[in-house]
Formats: sequence, C-alpha cells, structure tokens
Amino acid sequence: MRRLWIGLTYLVFFLLIAAPLGKMITGAFGKGLSGFWEALTRPEALHALMMTALVVITVTLLNTLFGIMTALYLVRAEWMGPRLKSLLNSIVDLPYAVSPVIGGLMIVLLLGPDSALGAVFEHIGFNIVYAFPGMVIATLFVTFPLMVREVMPVLQEIGGQQEEAASTLGAYGWTTFWKVTWPSIQWAVIYGVILTVARSLGEFGAVLVVSGNIMNRTQTATTLVYQDVENFNVTAAGGVALVLAAFSVGLLLLMEWSKKRKEVR
Amino acid sequence: MNSLLRYKGWTWGFRSTILLYFVVLIVLPILGVYYNSFSLGFTNFVESISDPIAWRSVLLTLRLALIAATINVALGTMIAWVLVRYKFPGRPLLNSMVDLPFALPTAVGGLMILLLLGPGSLIGGAAESLGLEIVFHQPAIVIAMVFVTFPFVIRAVQPLLEELDPSEEEAAYTMGAKGIRVFRQVILPAMAPGMIGGGMLAFSRALAEFGAVVLVAGNIPGRTLVSSVFIYGEVESDNGVGAAAVSIILLTLSFLILWLINVAQMRGRRR
Repeated sequence: MRRLWIGLTYLVFFLLIAAPLGKMITGAFGKGLSGFWEALTRPEALHALMMTALVVITVTLLNTLFGIMTALYLVRAEWMGPRLKSLLNSIVDLPYAVSPVIGGLMIVLLLGPDSALGAVFEHIGFNIVYAFPGMVIATLFVTFPLMVREVMPVLQEIGGQQEEAASTLGAYGWTTFWKVTWPSIQWAVIYGVILTVARSLGEFGAVLVVSGNIMNRTQTATTLVYQDVENFNVTAAGGVALVLAAFSVGLLLLMEWSKKRKEVR
Repeated sequence: MNSLLRYKGWTWGFRSTILLYFVVLIVLPILGVYYNSFSLGFTNFVESISDPIAWRSVLLTLRLALIAATINVALGTMIAWVLVRYKFPGRPLLNSMVDLPFALPTAVGGLMILLLLGPGSLIGGAAESLGLEIVFHQPAIVIAMVFVTFPFVIRAVQPLLEELDPSEEEAAYTMGAKGIRVFRQVILPAMAPGMIGGGMLAFSRALAEFGAVVLVAGNIPGRTLVSSVFIYGEVESDNGVGAAAVSIILLTLSFLILWLINVAQMRGRRR
C-alpha cells in the first residue's frame, strides 16, 4: 500500500511538474546555446526584461509601504470603528477573487481614453493606460493582499502592549515603530516582499490588457512570451520563459529560507 | 503645541492616504466594472449576456473548472497524505516543489504545457496519431487549470493531518475498527475542511485563470473558448460593455465563493 501511494505521488509530480519543466528547458536550447542567447539578446527581449524589472521594483516599493501601513491600521487603529475595520478587512481579499484579465479591464474602463478620468489625464498629457503607470496600477491591484495578509497575523499575535509601553515611556511614533514593532514584523515583511516580487514578476493577464502589449514600449517579459507563442516562435518564447522560471525558482528557495527564519522567531 | 499640530497633520495625512488607496485602487475599479456593464441600460446588459458565445463560454468555464477542482481534491488529498505520513527519499524536495506552480508565472506554466503536449512534441504526436486532441482543446485547458491550482488542496490538507492526534486513530484500531473504517470515520472527517476549502479556492482560481489557459485554449465557442479568453477577445475588439457583462458574472461568482470560504472559516474557528 505504502509503496503504491509513494509511487503515485512521484508519478503525479513527474507528469505535472518535472516533465513540463524539463521540456521547457530542453525547448529553450532547441536551437543550441546560441539560439537561447539570441532569443534573450533581441532588442525587444532586452526591453521587455527591463520593463519587467522596472514594474517589479516600483510595485514592490509601493506595495510594501502601503501594505505595512494598511496592516498597522487594520490591526491597531482605534479611530476606525469595528464595522469599518471589518469592511476594509474583507475588501483586502477582493483582488484574490478577481481574474487578472478582469483586473486589467477594470483599469482600462476606469482610466482608459474613453473614460472621464482618463480624458482628464490625457488632456494634461499624462497617459495611464497603455503606458507604464497603468501597468504599475494593475500589478499593485493584483499584489495588494500579499503584504497585508503576511503582516497582519504577526501584529495580532504580538499584541499592542509593548508598543503602548514604549509610548508611555515617552517614545515617539517613529521610534516606537522602529524599535518595537519593526523587529517583530521584519521576517513577515521580507516574506511579503518575496511574494510580491514573485507575483509582479509573473503577472500576465492584467498587464496584458492594460499595457496593450506594444513591442519595445510596454511589453513585459511575460507578455513577450505570449507574443512569441502567437507568432509560432516557440524557441524564443522558451528562452525568455526559462529566465523567468529561473528567477521564480530562486524566489521559491528564498521563500523556503525566510519561512524557516520566520518560524524560528 | 507646534509639534503637536504637526503630529496631527501627519496622522490625518496617513489615514486619508490609506483610505484613499483602498478606494482608488480596489473599490472604484470593481464598482466601475459593474457600472460599465449597466451603462447602456439593463436591456443592453441582458443582450450581452444572452449572446450564445458569452453564456456558453461561462458554462464551459464552470464545467472545466469543476473538473479541474475535483481532480485536484483527489490528487491533493493523496499527496498531502503521502507527504505527511510517509518518510521516503526525496520527500523534502517534493514538498518544496508543491509551491512551484504558484511561483512560476502563469504564462510560463502555459508554455510548458504547450511544449510538452503540443503538436511537435512526443506526447502530442502520439495522441494525434490516436486521434486524440489535447492542445487547443478541453483536455489541455483542464491540465492547465490543474497545474495552476495544484498547491491549494495540498497546502490546506497538510496542516490538518499534522494536527490530527494519532491517539484517536490508535483508539479506533484498538477498538477493533478496520483500516478502511478508521479512514472513513476518523481521518476523512479531519481532512474534510481542507479538502472543501482548498477545493473551493482551486475552483475559483481555475475560473479566473487566464495566463496558462490562453496559450492552450482554442476559440471555438462553447467548446474551447473559456470566459477569461472571451473577455480578452472582447477587450481587444474594443467591446468594453460585452467584456464587462461577462466579467461581472464571473466576478459575482468569485466573490460568492470567497464569501462562502470566509463564512466557513469563521464557523470553523468558533467551534
């Protein structure tokens, strides 16, 4: 019995994960090392990778900042009534339930050239949709719950007593945060950052809709993979996808490491 | 006094920033979709929905997502069981690999399945000669959905099995119960919340999945065109209202599932 179950588990892992992964690696080198290198050093591939890096950095910074603040308010704030708190608390999870394409569509409908807000922004020469700001907003929408949901349980667990003690002893807001709150939440924040990076690196649906996938302008690494497949250029797609996959595996290892650190504390 | 005023200013600034962030980033866009799909009147909304291509894509998505979630409940429960109960070489590696589908970009996941099962590949070629169609047809869509939602059930069942007190099982055995009966009456009830919760998460994620599916789905209405791909097509052809109409059906369904999961979790906690 035992053997059978273990064997079946190995089989599922092989068929569902290892085989596709292996196939992609060999596929990326289908035209040899030079083919792989060429796929990566195409001007559009370099530009797409740069766009992805820019989006990841911007989104991670903003999401970390706002995520920590939101978590602090949702756990500690006394100025919000319990009703408002629980309402906001359930709103935090909504992006999980929204399909990425719909997330992108929302932003196009709200800020696109046909909408009232979009027209205002266009008038002052600031394009949101089919440009960098829209891509950042779409990715922020998708990654919003990640940081909040990592930090909130830790804040709830440590309770507010230490912070209260610190402020009674005369410490100011910032000092309390850095000396008391930060040390206890830092591993949760690091874990949240890794999750945010992974998610924004791989975001596809929302970005595809919002960016318009314009080559050498708003194309990211994932949307380039999509375009390559549509153009039947599977080897090139495999090359870019392999780089993305390598980053993801690296992030996964980091995640395991930080999860262990988080548990140790 | 001056410093106090400044402090107050900061506090108000922070508070309104966070509330504004909530409203602008999440509430407004969601309301915007609902508003947009009704912007040309209710009859127009009904028209967009009763377009056979639209509602058949929704039905197809529901059906395929249900199949994928069921497969995942079966596979996930088995894998969670094996990973918790048995010690064997390679277990830590497999345990880390569970999360890989979450970490990989969904478009990369779709490409992997396309490469493995596509027309030029070994498996794709063999299936084709047998007359089976995988890629750009329903099997590939289900496989993509199973791949993307793979970790949900496993990660929901694992902690429940770890927490299960072995003495309960032992007691059942001592009282003369047979293996299958112990499984049905002791182990299965313990795993059930994880199987249901994880299965629902997998279902709602499969409903919403786009990246992995768009690369392997076809565009035959009612047979291989799933809703997320349909919505993308509508956006591309500048039909915002049609896209919004199908979107709010999917959105309402997903919100309902999310709400059900929350209610179930709260009940579970209270017990």
